[in-house]
Amino acid sequence: MTQYTYTAKDFKSSNEVRWCPGCGDHAIMNAIQRVMADLGLKKADYAVISGIGCSSRFPYYMNTFGFHTIHGRASAIASGVKSANPGLHVWQITGDGDALAIGGNHFIHTIRRNVDINIILFNNKIYGLTKGQYSPTTDRGEKTKTSPFGTIEDPFVTGQLVLGARGTFFARTIDGNMKMSQEIFDVAARFKGTSVVEVLQNCVIFNNGVHEEITRGDDREDKQIYLKHGEKMVFGVNRDKGLVLEKGKLKAVTIGQEGYTLDDILVHDAAEEDVYLHAALIHMALPKLPVAFGVIRSVQRPTYEQAMQEQITGVQKTRKITCVDDLLRSGNTWEV
Amino acid sequence: MIKETKVIELEQVAIRFSGDSGDGMQLTGTLFSDATALVGNDISTFPDYPSEIRAPQGTVGGVSGFQVHFGNKKITTPGDKAHVLIAMNPAAIKANAKFLEPAATIIFDSDSFTEKNFQKAKFQTTDPFTELNLLDYHKIGVPITSLTKEALIDRNMDNKSVLRSKNMFALGLVSWIFNRPLDIIEKALNQKFGKIPEVLHSNIDVLHAGYNYGMNMQHTTPQFLVPAADIEKGTYRNINGNHATAWGLLAASEKAGLPLFLGSYPITPASDILQALSERKDLGVKTFQAEDEIAGICTALGASFAGALGVTSTSGPGLALKQETINLAVMAELPLVIVNVQRGGPSTGLPTKTEQSDLMQALWGRNGESPIVVLAASTPSDCFDYAFLAAKIALERMTPVLLLTDGFLGNGSEPWKIPSMAEMPSITPRIAKDPSRFKAYRRLDETLAREWAFPGMEGFEHRIGGLEKDESGTVSHDPANHQLMCEIRAEKVARVVDLVPKIEPYGCPEGDVLIVGWGGTYGHLVSAARDLCQKGKRVGLAHFNYINPLPANTAEVFSNYKKILVCELNLGQFAAYLRDKLPRFTYHQFNKVQGLPFLVEEIKMSVTQLLED
Repeated sequence: MTQYTYTAKDFKSSNEVRWCPGCGDHAIMNAIQRVMADLGLKKADYAVISGIGCSSRFPYYMNTFGFHTIHGRASAIASGVKSANPGLHVWQITGDGDALAIGGNHFIHTIRRNVDINIILFNNKIYGLTKGQYSPTTDRGEKTKTSPFGTIEDPFVTGQLVLGARGTFFARTIDGNMKMSQEIFDVAARFKGTSVVEVLQNCVIFNNGVHEEITRGDDREDKQIYLKHGEKMVFGVNRDKGLVLEKGKLKAVTIGQEGYTLDDILVHDAAEEDVYLHAALIHMALPKLPVAFGVIRSVQRPTYEQAMQEQITGVQKTRKITCVDDLLRSGNTWEV
Repeated sequence: MIKETKVIELEQVAIRFSGDSGDGMQLTGTLFSDATALVGNDISTFPDYPSEIRAPQGTVGGVSGFQVHFGNKKITTPGDKAHVLIAMNPAAIKANAKFLEPAATIIFDSDSFTEKNFQKAKFQTTDPFTELNLLDYHKIGVPITSLTKEALIDRNMDNKSVLRSKNMFALGLVSWIFNRPLDIIEKALNQKFGKIPEVLHSNIDVLHAGYNYGMNMQHTTPQFLVPAADIEKGTYRNINGNHATAWGLLAASEKAGLPLFLGSYPITPASDILQALSERKDLGVKTFQAEDEIAGICTALGASFAGALGVTSTSGPGLALKQETINLAVMAELPLVIVNVQRGGPSTGLPTKTEQSDLMQALWGRNGESPIVVLAASTPSDCFDYAFLAAKIALERMTPVLLLTDGFLGNGSEPWKIPSMAEMPSITPRIAKDPSRFKAYRRLDETLAREWAFPGMEGFEHRIGGLEKDESGTVSHDPANHQLMCEIRAEKVARVVDLVPKIEPYGCPEGDVLIVGWGGTYGHLVSAARDLCQKGKRVGLAHFNYINPLPANTAEVFSNYKKILVCELNLGQFAAYLRDKLPRFTYHQFNKVQGLPFLVEEIKMSVTQLLED
């Protein structure tokens, strides 16, 4: 494949970026533009599709083909784009409301079909563009404009939904960590199938500090684990903490204490078909366990658009009908 | 002794096959129709079935019917009433009593006349004919069930499978009565059941048993002779509206040189279109069975954005769900074809029955100023032409086009003179060529259509979407720009009128009453107009295939008649639209919302009444 040389600037459109100052979206976009430049794929082959919400303004700021569509429907529109032209690189930009509330049905079915698109889901646990109502990822009890006495529903855990929909790829990153985000976007872009990357993103206006529990403080390394395929599940400020499996459950231990050695620590296998451990990793939450980042699941399965194309190619090998004139005259006809 | 055969020569006959929804009446009717078309009659068919797959056996609600009308002249409707009814049980007699011509022939399964079946059909007595006042009818009781069992006695089949072949006995008998050759039917059965020899052979056995029964019982069974029709020379096939729609889209895709992409979700009575195109991998069609109606149209619009001919198909309730995405296509100015096979509404309504009540929804069912092109097909076979034209307009004018058909057209069939692709009009999609001159919403010519550039085309990278834009494609909240863009989008659709042929009234070019119709009622309206003209009435018919925009000469045609009668299968939607568009005329209305097509008789009565008023 031809390699093109770009800089991140080539992917910036002339439109003024109108996200709030300090919004996590800026960092996510910068990371994506750098990854696109580094990938060296033809710029005209990118299609960036979004729904509605703050994050969904994204395509306007990209110097690629872009389609800012309607609320919740980006997955379906992106599926059509990719199925119609499998040669394109299709990125879907969405949020917790767009993908998991109004677009929940399209989201799970796109994942189930394994259409080769990159879904970047900005999760700020709030409706920003409509000014502060709770979303399907808002924590139970959270007070928002539409839950002045606290929400009375449990949130979705994005990754669990992906697994439930038989997802082949799930990764998690956070807006403030550009380096990690770039690494993950790069892997997601190269993956063949629906790659869902959940980006924990801060809404500076309506939900400021929502992810601070994970990101703040000198001990933040103790509160996160960056999982890498084939590597030990080690984390911590001093890299002395690790994850073990005991009685079917994950447990965080300190290496060298209570008899645990490095040999006891689990090795991350993102390619494992069985969802059991991936589900446990996705579900990890403070204070007992660190929050998991990185590519948690990456398994190979046929992609939808490829299977669609292969079926057509297969049928066409032995076809009797090669054009519409043939079709119109096939079957029972008679002369008058 | 030589048996005397009664041969009755007829110009046209309507036959109705009727039985339980599991009795195979749709298959029987289809096989008979195909054989009838092949022997040279003109035909028109009307399947009429309940929405339950296996409605309670033996009940009136569970009766499934298939009417075929054929003759030696142009047949434009499936017939108001049947000359021959084939009834597999008492319920079928009850359900169809009011749809029979006076003195019609009723062939019924006498084995089905049991206490239990009379009860199920809610008869008070054991004499359904007296109860239904069908005394002067020609009733022929045939023990179809026991003769079917007899015919299969050597085949060692279970009772259920044996009974499933009853319909073939009826088909064989009717084939004898109407002199249809069995080899055509056998060929069709072979295609359908060739892979299951037991089913194929038992069906053929019973088919012959029925045919031979008719021949042996000539003294009681009349035989009808319907000579071949005088039809224009050419190659013909039988086609229903849904297949014609699917194939018209394929023809447009080939003509335009663009791949066809159908995003759809199964819904009665439109699923056939998705099924027909799913079969066409040989022609490279991509069909996407989506998770819902919304995703159906969204994938289609995504495909359009990516440079394909994007199409979605649905019926009433599905159209309601698609409106938001149609609006996105209006705003993004992308080509998109939406096929709506109308059915009885509102809500789930009458899923398997026909109606024309989605007109307002098609025209106005979206938020904002949202003009789109609306077309309506008028016969099963011209669904091909209007599907083709819908795609041509969408691709050349960069607009969504909504094609209205209906359950009557979609399921009904007629012989169709097969066109050749060479004679179809050209389609020139507005694909952008010069990146240096490209702006997303620049309009280069008279049509006001923008240029189409899609991902993969180097140098044309741009953004579109649901927000209002200025000419360059930049988001704009400028008040004056919004008004300008609204007016341009409306004007763009209005200018499609230059592709719309002038309306030519059938019958009297000027006169006392102009019948106005649109879409699937054409056959009934033209029959009524023809009959009235033959009687010397000064009546014309203006039948509309182009709803928005209307043909340019509409007002001129309307002004040539004293009175206008708008006939439609709703409570007056087209009449209301005409009052809005051409307010200077008075519109009388004839409306029917029973889930059924018009009867020619009732239209004639309505026109006659208006003539006399």
